[in-house]
Amino acid sequence: MALDDQKSVFKFVGTRPDRPDGLDKVTGRAKFGADVSAAGMLHGAILRSPHAHARIVKIDASKAQAHPDVKAVVTRADFSDKVPFKPGLAGEFWNVLENVMAGDKALYDGHAVAAVAATSALAARDALKLIEVDYEVLPHVTDVDKAMAADAPVIREGAADYSVPEGLHPNVVRYHESGHGDVEAGFGEADLVVEDSFTTEATHQGYIEPHACLAQLGADGKGELWCTTQGHWIAQKTCAALLGIETAQLRVTASEIGGGFGGKTTVFIEPVALALSRKANRPVKIVMSRSEVFRATGPTSSASMDVKIGMKKDGSITAAQGIFRLQGGAFPGAPGDMTAMCAFAPYNLTNVRQVGYDVMANRPKQAAYRAPGAPMGAFAVESVLDELCNQLGLDPVEVRLKNAAHDGSKASYGPTYDQIGLVKTLEEAKAHPHYAAPLKPGQGRGISCGFWFNHGGETSVSLALSEDGSAQLMVGTPDIGGSRASMALMAAEVLGIPYENIRVTVADTATLGYNDVSHGSRVTYASGLATIKAARHAVERLCARAAAKWGIPEDAVKWEDGCAVPSGPNAGDFDPLPLADITANMGATGGPISGHFEATPEGAGVSFGTHIVDAEVDPETGKTAITRYTVIQDAGKAIHPAYVEGQYQGGAAQGIGWALNEEYIYGEDGRLQNSIFLDYRIPVASDLPMIDTVIVEVPNPGHPFGVRGVGETGIVPPLAAIANAVSNAAGVRMRDLPMSPPRILAALKARDG
Amino acid sequence: MTVKVHLWSGLRTLTGGQEVVEVEASTIGEMLRELVRLHPALQAPIEAGVSVSVDGRIMASDLTAPVSAEDEIYLMQRLRGG
Repeated sequence: MALDDQKSVFKFVGTRPDRPDGLDKVTGRAKFGADVSAAGMLHGAILRSPHAHARIVKIDASKAQAHPDVKAVVTRADFSDKVPFKPGLAGEFWNVLENVMAGDKALYDGHAVAAVAATSALAARDALKLIEVDYEVLPHVTDVDKAMAADAPVIREGAADYSVPEGLHPNVVRYHESGHGDVEAGFGEADLVVEDSFTTEATHQGYIEPHACLAQLGADGKGELWCTTQGHWIAQKTCAALLGIETAQLRVTASEIGGGFGGKTTVFIEPVALALSRKANRPVKIVMSRSEVFRATGPTSSASMDVKIGMKKDGSITAAQGIFRLQGGAFPGAPGDMTAMCAFAPYNLTNVRQVGYDVMANRPKQAAYRAPGAPMGAFAVESVLDELCNQLGLDPVEVRLKNAAHDGSKASYGPTYDQIGLVKTLEEAKAHPHYAAPLKPGQGRGISCGFWFNHGGETSVSLALSEDGSAQLMVGTPDIGGSRASMALMAAEVLGIPYENIRVTVADTATLGYNDVSHGSRVTYASGLATIKAARHAVERLCARAAAKWGIPEDAVKWEDGCAVPSGPNAGDFDPLPLADITANMGATGGPISGHFEATPEGAGVSFGTHIVDAEVDPETGKTAITRYTVIQDAGKAIHPAYVEGQYQGGAAQGIGWALNEEYIYGEDGRLQNSIFLDYRIPVASDLPMIDTVIVEVPNPGHPFGVRGVGETGIVPPLAAIANAVSNAAGVRMRDLPMSPPRILAALKARDG
Repeated sequence: MTVKVHLWSGLRTLTGGQEVVEVEASTIGEMLRELVRLHPALQAPIEAGVSVSVDGRIMASDLTAPVSAEDEIYLMQRLRGG
């Protein structure tokens, strides 16, 4: 059911003004995590395990503590002992605490075991060498399938939650199964059944700004924290729990953020800096190196998957089944359930079954990465669909259209879809010149659809008007994708004042009520909805002032183009009263005029996309070139189309890296082999074609302007679309990511016998 | 009023094989409480966090949202984003 007041004609929304924070960012004026200092500040450094799995027998920090430059050393004993361990994700604070500072065992290469604060960054790093740790090295496992095997070392007994069936290895900590119909009967009706297995490696979000923070915590339990984060309220709540202080006594301010993509939705160094500060009674700054970012912050999960799909000769899918095993490091949380629920979501299926496993291994704790879990599942499912199309001689877009989920069809994860845009994205793909363009010899084309849920979340926004008629908007969601511009456009649309007259600030935790993290593609949806409602609240108060001035009832005044006007001929004959004329003397007509909105919006609306990719494989070197790329995705309503296109292009670019080159490489010793960008190859500009975009707009009934989140869906189709393009170019099905040159050469060699 | 709640199939082992459970409730909060009262084994998944789809609209956390006999209601794993 659509919101009654959904707007469809816009003056500001849909335009492409410069972003308000643009000048700050291109001139270096913007302050990121590492850009602040404090008087008397110390520098923190963290000692990390060189072992993939080891019992910590003893930590002797006496030599470090005796060094004159060292002002504090902390270990696990310096954190709260009242954080309860619980199975699965129910004990997530304990999981985070165990991750930011090891307890009895080091669980992966790079796991923090102690930290120091010293008078300089160099002194702090040198002091780490003075800390002596006795380890008892234990057997380790880093591969998801091996971690589930009967002989795998147990990471931690008792971590499995209620969902895990009996008989599975203790490293399997969560289990999900869903679907409907009878898949075996469905496979029996098929003319062709294809069953295949696929793997993807862990990849890092690759944000350009390493984690950094400045912390101050006194013996009185009052603290200040400045950090680069996607959510400073969750940082506040988590740090307070891990340090054993009251939440409200810790004020957290989010710095500008140099990328997050899900990886900055939790804390890593922040509780450590606070613990060091409390012990030294001085501010402490910690800045991670890139190697620390790779070794000790969350990459995405690696995956091992089996998919089976049955199809009739006309392209109708008769049944689909997927088993998805996701490895999430030494803690519960790998999104096997999300993989399972998203994998077949683009299709209208009578018979479908999906199973997801959350598996622990001796690797860093996985963190969210744009649509966590969905890209891997799409890779496996869409690869099998491509193979079915190839073997049956069917057009891949026509087959997807034939089976596409639409308004009123039953989702693979259960409910009936409301208003969705998948069919439109496929029709746009079919009509796009890219799809009809001829391919050169050695090139292949790939198609994939993708799905993501999107999210609402707790949201609080305030808008304050100034005497001169300008407006200050305070939001609580860090700007990770140009959201200041989108918020200002939506506020301008309601207030009727120029976009440039609105200053958007990401407020600290002491200024607004709780705000959920900038994740789940929720910011333009939820903070946008709250901005619209806060602006409407301010407009109500502006209309009330005009009514009082004119001596007519408040409901006889309406708001048009930035002015209060009589609502009709019977309301009286008054000239329009501009906003600035009302605010000019608001102090004398009732006081400051502000608007507020706090809620948990629950109508985020799901999102779909379709990607078309052309790839060319060099048979001599195995190198793949992406020669053309088109992203088509439903945005509901694009508030600032340039930033929507940027999200689409960014998803494709990250997907190209994930598909072709990026991977965590572990040695036999369980240590990460490629923890710098020289060895972990993300795409550079010369690897990328110009990425075309098509914005489809099927309004989301749950947002006043029809917005759907766009930040995550764009990374769901690329792995599969690229793999299908490469497989079709190479003439051999590529089942394992990344499709690096050595792997492609091996596949070509195997193809040729 | 009586509402029908569809569970994901992994929960069948906790409800004696039932994938659709009927409870008396007028809000999501009441519905979840009744589910636990009738099937105590559901306490663990509900405490761990669930989302609820009401006529295709996914409620991530709102316990006050109304539910009625005509609604299509699905219990879902709690959604997490990046």
